[in-house]
Amino acid sequence: MGDLRRFARFSLLIALALVLGGCTLPTFGAFRGATTQGQAEFKLWSWMTIAGLVVAVIVWGLILWAVVAYRRRDPDKMPRQFHSNLPVEIIYTAIPLIIIGVIFFYTVKAENKIDALVPHPAAMIRVTGFQWGWSFGYLDAQGKQIALVETAQPRPPVLAGNPVSPEYPQFVLPLGETTQIVLQSVDVVHGFYIPAFNFSRYAQPGVTNNFDFTPVHAGVFPGHCAQYCGLYHSEMLFSVRVVKPSVFETWLHSESVRYASGAVA
Amino acid sequence: MTLVAERPVVFDESPEPEHEQGPSGFLKWITSTDHKVIGKNYTVTALIFFLMAGSMALLIRAQLASPDSTLLSQHTYNEMFTMHGSLMIYLFVGPVSFGGLANYIVPLQIGAPDMAFPRLNALSYWLYLGGGSMMMLGFLTTGSAADFGWVAYAPLSNSINTPGAGPDLWIVALVLTGFSAIFTGVNLVSTIYYLRAPGMTMFRMPIFTWNMLVTGILILIAFPVFTSALVMLWCDRHLGAHIFEVSGGGVPVLWQDLFWFFGHPEVYILALPFFGIVTDVIAVFSRKPIFGYRGMVFATISIAALSTSVWAHHMFTTGVVLLPFFSLMSYLIAVPTGIKFFNWIGTMWRGSVKFDTPMLFAIGFLATFLIGGVSGIMLASPPIDFATHDTYFVVAHFHSVVMALVMAAFAGFFYWYPKMTGRMLREGLGKATFWLMFIGTNVTFDPQYLLGLKGMPRRIAEYAAGDGFTTLNRISSAGSVLLFFAVLIFLINTFVSWRKPIPAGDNPWDASSLEWSTTSPPPHHNFLKIPPIRSQRPVWDHNHPEHRIIEHDRPRLGALAASSGGGTVLLDDIGFDDGDPVETRDLDR
Repeated sequence: MGDLRRFARFSLLIALALVLGGCTLPTFGAFRGATTQGQAEFKLWSWMTIAGLVVAVIVWGLILWAVVAYRRRDPDKMPRQFHSNLPVEIIYTAIPLIIIGVIFFYTVKAENKIDALVPHPAAMIRVTGFQWGWSFGYLDAQGKQIALVETAQPRPPVLAGNPVSPEYPQFVLPLGETTQIVLQSVDVVHGFYIPAFNFSRYAQPGVTNNFDFTPVHAGVFPGHCAQYCGLYHSEMLFSVRVVKPSVFETWLHSESVRYASGAVA
Repeated sequence: MTLVAERPVVFDESPEPEHEQGPSGFLKWITSTDHKVIGKNYTVTALIFFLMAGSMALLIRAQLASPDSTLLSQHTYNEMFTMHGSLMIYLFVGPVSFGGLANYIVPLQIGAPDMAFPRLNALSYWLYLGGGSMMMLGFLTTGSAADFGWVAYAPLSNSINTPGAGPDLWIVALVLTGFSAIFTGVNLVSTIYYLRAPGMTMFRMPIFTWNMLVTGILILIAFPVFTSALVMLWCDRHLGAHIFEVSGGGVPVLWQDLFWFFGHPEVYILALPFFGIVTDVIAVFSRKPIFGYRGMVFATISIAALSTSVWAHHMFTTGVVLLPFFSLMSYLIAVPTGIKFFNWIGTMWRGSVKFDTPMLFAIGFLATFLIGGVSGIMLASPPIDFATHDTYFVVAHFHSVVMALVMAAFAGFFYWYPKMTGRMLREGLGKATFWLMFIGTNVTFDPQYLLGLKGMPRRIAEYAAGDGFTTLNRISSAGSVLLFFAVLIFLINTFVSWRKPIPAGDNPWDASSLEWSTTSPPPHHNFLKIPPIRSQRPVWDHNHPEHRIIEHDRPRLGALAASSGGGTVLLDDIGFDDGDPVETRDLDR
């Protein structure tokens, strides 16, 4: 068991060195999150991956050790026929319980942060999924639609484009301010998914989902329909552009003039 | 029960094998109620569905190997992933375990002459074959096979969005296989409760049999819900029932609740049999008793219990489920699963581990399942699920899990093939299959975790070159070629063993449970005589009387037991003792 303990301590040290040495949390291939909500998810993801890797490395190590150290060398030698060890069994039941308690605590903390809604969002967008496209309706304080961006007709759209290419709709969010999304579907279940925001939510018939985005990075981010929704599921793309609030105001103003003039059907 | 009445009186001295009455050859295969024949029918049928589903997977990987791919049309691609998932989940992984291996092995492991309801057992098989064929017939309809994903989410699965006979065939096929599974569940549970040989107490059953009991109970909890939900869906499509339609006051998300109330226990219906195989294989090839046997049994039962209260972790992003509850319940499953891992490691610990093909597959299962388990804990966290739901991260997660189960299925297949056929499979070819499958699995599916994190959604027929998904998809597709060769070499192996048999003998692995005390293949009604059952390892006790299990792990007592020559010193795992000192006994109860 001395070997084991040394091994466990060693893996822990490596994990700590990774974390403290890098100053920032390692991504393990994930997005850091372009919204405050996405960053909360990222923090949880990174720590849970570290914990998961430590556990996995320990268990793989034990398997490898058992396989190598106890391989059959002498076919005539019979191993001792023991079948239990109560203290060890109690330990390997209790430790996972404690780990779960800790990650559950941080999970609930993160999910409350991600799902929280501010009472007075800077903008409100009604996102509607349909086969096979999206519409983004900007609402005023009274809930009246003042501007609209949506998938160009006629469908099906061009094949195999990039989500950010101009064939697909692009909606705009103000940087640093909180926008509330009101998500719906008119036909089947769709998945409103923005990878860089570390967020997806179903657009479902009969259900309205509300959630907030508070972008912290400007830029253009691709979006997909994540939930399979029929023939042209792969083509149900969109993108989001995050701009400074002043630019957002100008954009929204020109869009609403266009909308009011009937240029957008 | 007629079975008991028909059982022959067999004498210890000169047992005469009972000759099977009835037809032989093809007629025997289609008319038999013998659990061994039905078990083989199931296994071969399931393997054929596995090959079909595997070919579809190769097409899927070929399509995704390059961006802007036009190998398959979007429509064909949607059919391919729908039917790949449906065949693998409904027609292969489940039926091969509870219909194939369990059907064959469970009666043998508990010393029973057959399943409790042999005709019901035959009905299960024919419903399964009929249902499976019916699902495949969808390809021959004008509108093509079902293409709404293996989960058939409402309202995509209604008659407006997916009209035609193909989806209807899919639904009715699953009603048939649903009944098939329910009947098999009834049969397994009754057999294990009522047909155990004298001395085979519950806590002496092999873990495989234990897990099949729990699987049978889970089938009875989950499949009726699914089968009725399918009937509701059919009524929605044809009778305008509006159960899952907003327009008529229905609730689409109800389908998801019903489906996953079946779907998550289904994951453990698929997994538990293979956990059982791995447990028994590891113990046999480590020459040790199972470490923490009772902990293992209670872990299995708690996994089954918890699995009925975690279904909405598939629905975290619907916005209409109670996140903390389903998250906590899902996390909790990690505890009994962890116990199992440590049991498996503890069984190898200080053992004498031999790397025959079944054991290699079992170790491959451990290594791969761990990846699926750890990523599963992450997905049980709603925030992480928000970021990865419906992406290739999830695809990678459950393929790590199911490919681990496939490895465990191969462990079981290589382990029991000698018992089923009386022939050995070739070790060299078996090891080649293992290494190709183990490396192929990780090359195919590990890159998909990264694809998911980069934002590649699942079930998309194509992606653009600018998406940045190309390299990882190439690696993944290359891995699928390795898996193709793994399965090809396995088929060659069975062919070689068919043409150039190597006789297996009764107990080629020096195994410990009852099926290894009878001939390979076993006679009609299974046993001519049964060794006394005084522990979890009756055959081992018979073959190695000086190496019985050490109770309470006290070496002194173990030495005492060994010196007394067995027999009178009771080394039972639980206090039950039938008190019968006779070494072998006949089958007449």
